[in-house]
Amino acid sequence: MTANKLARGVAVAGVGMSKFGVFPDKSSRDLFVEAYQELRQTVEKGLPPKDIEAFYLGNFSADQFEKQGHLAPIVASWIGLSPIASARMEDACASGSVALRQAILAIASGQYDVVLVGGLEKMTDLPTAAVTDALASAADTMFEIPAGFTFPGFYAAMATAYMDKYQADPDAFLRVGIKNHENGALNDKAQFNQTIKDVMAGKKAKAEQKGLPVPTWENEMDFMRDPKANPMIAWPLRLFDCSPVSDGAAAVLLVSEDLVSKYTDHPIYVAGIGQASDGALAERESLSDVPSAAKAAKQAYKMAGISAAEIDFAEVHDCFTIAEIMASEDLGFFPRGEGWKAAMEGKTSRTGEHPINTSGGLKSKGHPVGASGVAQVVEVWKQLHGIAGARQLPGELRYGLTHNVGGTGQTTVVHIFEKRS
Amino acid sequence: MSDCKLETKTFFQAIENEMLIGSRCLSCGHISIPQRYICSRCHSDKAERHEFVGTGKLAAFTVIYVPATEMVKAGYDSKNPYMVGIVTLDEGPRISAQILGMDLSDPAKIRIGTPVKMTVIERGPEGQTKKFLAFEPL
Repeated sequence: MTANKLARGVAVAGVGMSKFGVFPDKSSRDLFVEAYQELRQTVEKGLPPKDIEAFYLGNFSADQFEKQGHLAPIVASWIGLSPIASARMEDACASGSVALRQAILAIASGQYDVVLVGGLEKMTDLPTAAVTDALASAADTMFEIPAGFTFPGFYAAMATAYMDKYQADPDAFLRVGIKNHENGALNDKAQFNQTIKDVMAGKKAKAEQKGLPVPTWENEMDFMRDPKANPMIAWPLRLFDCSPVSDGAAAVLLVSEDLVSKYTDHPIYVAGIGQASDGALAERESLSDVPSAAKAAKQAYKMAGISAAEIDFAEVHDCFTIAEIMASEDLGFFPRGEGWKAAMEGKTSRTGEHPINTSGGLKSKGHPVGASGVAQVVEVWKQLHGIAGARQLPGELRYGLTHNVGGTGQTTVVHIFEKRS
Repeated sequence: MSDCKLETKTFFQAIENEMLIGSRCLSCGHISIPQRYICSRCHSDKAERHEFVGTGKLAAFTVIYVPATEMVKAGYDSKNPYMVGIVTLDEGPRISAQILGMDLSDPAKIRIGTPVKMTVIERGPEGQTKKFLAFEPL
């Protein structure tokens, strides 16, 4: 069975990301150049490009979004890295973490010492309906999509199963959205660099300007429950429960542990990795959690030799707010059925006992699908180095976790990173 | 391998005949929907076609106000939403399908566990409609 440890240690020596958002004037290549340029500046002792031996790119579907297949060698050439081995990894929204994992395994195997990992998606060139259809191809297109499911619909169905099983209050979902917007407002790379209060003030100002009746929301929850301001997409999920359609790129430089001092004296280390798969949503053992996430987390904790209690913070796959709540249980931060209460009580905020998505998460930072898993590592790097600015977590941080889901949980990848003193 | 046809398309041929089929493992008796040549429980490759009774209970659901393209073509939108769900069949396994015949005005009142039975719904361009699996309250 699976070995408990990597055959050779792997470290992160630098990270970078583009701004996430809607960029009609940029192609996916332009976005990746932005991420790679930033990465080069973060490698303390410099990165001679000739040292990079391979390029693993997470990308869900440039074929559908930009009519461009075979993306990895094109991007490699765009940043001057031809003729190194370049390969694209596709596992829907988990593509970025799958690329990261394959790069880790390639270094651990001894094949390479220095590997560049990319994550990339340019989604906003297509009209919304076409984006929805492209994303739907991450589900079972024979048996799930013809039923009428959309991606918000899948997670909404999981939300109903969760609410029924644990008598959960759907207000908890709205709380996740408010919290992630609060964090994203402190992240200049975030697509929605605004708190919900900022959004409310903006809408009020716009109404005033147009001479329309000014909305009278008393507080954020009042706004979030307003069907006009926050319309239902797939009951019980509303607009502000859904991550946006985004453009963006992220990059991570991986180096074998024994050679990393050539590049930096302040790496972070890969402490644990896990990945699991599953069938279509209807075929799962449970509909109120994501079984592949719990399995991937178990592998990662075992390799790291730690438990969930030792994780200082996590970047989790909040493609929909219910997904963050389920993740907080799948990863073992809270017992089953307690995740929604923890969200209500602020336990996952920056000052809570298990901070989740300090970056703003997919909800607020944006979700260029192939980039998301890699961008999660960018936040872990910043938090562990104490350079996350206004959203920096207090105290001494040692372990940060990333959790990246493909589809509704057909794929989940978990990574644990460690800062050693 | 047994000689019965378990190709994926047979599922849709059965739906056209308003039948719900899957497979039953001849080694361990495990029932699957959609049908599988290889049993996910015991990994045997000896399976036969299984016809479901077609009754079950609602396990999860949603009411969709922003539909995918195919459902927009079928006439659904935010003012005319539709319900989709996952049904646990009486024989054990679960399947995704559109749910018909429920009051969608207040989804909070829809109960998980509601008994349902199989039906079909025709969708698609005129003259080329296809039948799709659906369920309705029993």
